[in-house]
Order: sequence, then structure tokens, then C-alpha cells
Amino acid sequence: MKIGVVRFPGSCDEVDALQAAQRVGEAELLWYADHDLRGADAVIVPGGFSYGDYLRVGAIARFAPVMEEVERFARSGGPVLGICNGFQVLCEAGLLPGALLPNTSLRFLCRQVGVTVASTATAWTGECTPGEPLSIPVKHTTGRYWAPDPVLDELEAGGQVTFRYAPGDNPNGSARDIAGVSNHAGNVVGLMPHPEHAVDPLTGSVDGLLLFRSVVGAAAALAA
Amino acid sequence: MRARVLIRPKAGILDPQGQTVERALPALGFEGVANVHVGRLVELDVEDPSRLPEMCERLLTNPLIEDYEIL
Repeated sequence: MKIGVVRFPGSCDEVDALQAAQRVGEAELLWYADHDLRGADAVIVPGGFSYGDYLRVGAIARFAPVMEEVERFARSGGPVLGICNGFQVLCEAGLLPGALLPNTSLRFLCRQVGVTVASTATAWTGECTPGEPLSIPVKHTTGRYWAPDPVLDELEAGGQVTFRYAPGDNPNGSARDIAGVSNHAGNVVGLMPHPEHAVDPLTGSVDGLLLFRSVVGAAAALAA
Repeated sequence: MRARVLIRPKAGILDPQGQTVERALPALGFEGVANVHVGRLVELDVEDPSRLPEMCERLLTNPLIEDYEIL
């Protein structure tokens, strides 16, 4: 089991994601300019400010050479997780529905939030229990999840809302308290909170480990 | 040719930047201002302007959340 973590110019959470992944298996950084996933069984598109957030968050990173491979991998059912900027990149790439807009406060937020697991039918939440409360930090300026109402209805009906902010704890004005969504098949998940920053008791919560543990099972099932 | 692409947040999507500017203007004594929206302007020299719509759809804008106008 190997997890590949993409590194774009301007990524900043790729080493935390790598180290979190190493708690559950092998992990390796993937260079943005390579057309190579290095045999990864799962891919993480990490947080940061790829390409300086120029033009729109995620808009330029989605055309990086490695993203062609990530898209191919995702479309063939490979598990892909986008965290924060990675979530923005996956939305821009059309691998996930919706878009991320500036926080209603227009402020950079950095704090622990309560998140509940809304769907366990994804490659990244199989080890969670439905409705399970998690404590995970957010740190972003552009995290307001938005999609047209009919799309939101469809996501809710189809179980594609993966995470919600706990009641009263929506930090950024996201539609319907959505903190993370999946694609229809459930192999691609994106979320604004940072599970890779919640894997060691030293930082107050190990709830983020659940996502990494979940993908080990999902990748094993795919390989079988 | 020199081209300009005007990019606006789609109508109906909350635009906190526009709202903040709308609140700031009366504070400076500029009364009677409403419906403020903040967008972006991209200026570029292009050899083949017929390709501008494709550039807008693929990179310059996110058609889900933004409208554009080629000036």
C-alpha cells in the first residue's frame, strides 16, 4: 500500500500529509511536473497555495502535468483525496462537483472545528461510523463550498455529502454546512478541514487518522 | 489584438467583497450606493481572438461561479 502525495509549486502541507500517510503505509511525494504516480495505490492532493492562488484558487494547478495522471487514476476508480487547496484543485478539475468561494468573513481562518461524517460509503471514510463527530483543524480563506441548489439536492440525495461542519460550527458560510464531498463513485473525496494535521495526540486530536486508515482498506479491496 | 475580459461573480452568489465595499462607501460619505459587485479584468494580446471564448471557459473563468464578457 503506497500513498502518493502531490507537490505543486506553492504546496505547503504535503510533508504533513506524507507523514500522516506513513502512519498507515508507504508514502512518496509526486512531483507536479512528472507524468508519473510512481505506482501509488492512492493519491492525496494536499493543501497550500499552489501557483500562488493566482487567477483563482486551484485554477492553474489543475493543468499541471501530474494532474493528467491523477485524473486518469481517479476516473479508473483510484482513491484520491483533496485537502483544502487540493479540494479546490479537484473541483476546478471537474473531478468533484461545486466550487470554493471566499469565506463570508473574507478572513483567513485557522482553528479546530467539529466535523461530522455524513457518508461512510467512500474510499476515505470506510473506517468511520455514520454521524461520527471528528475534531479537525481548518485554515483557509477560500473555503465556502458552493454549488447550485439542484446540484446540492442531488449530492444530498446521492450520499455525496461526505462531511458536514457540526451544527453552529460552519466557519466559512459553506452551503448546507458542507465540509467535504465525494464524486458519484465515492473514490474521490475533497474536504476543507485538514485530517493530516490531526494525527498526533501532541496537536490535540487523532481523528484525521481515520481517513488514512480507511483508504488502506479501500485500496486493499481494489487490489483484490 | 488587445483583448479585455471582464469577469463577474454570477448573480445570486453571495459576494462578500461587494458587500464590504458597499458598506465602506457610505462610511466615507458616499451615500446612495447599492448592488456593488467586485470582479476581475484580464487584459491580453492575442493573435487569434476567435479563441478567446475557449480561453475563458477553460482557464480564465470558472463558468460555474463566474460570468464573463469579452470587451
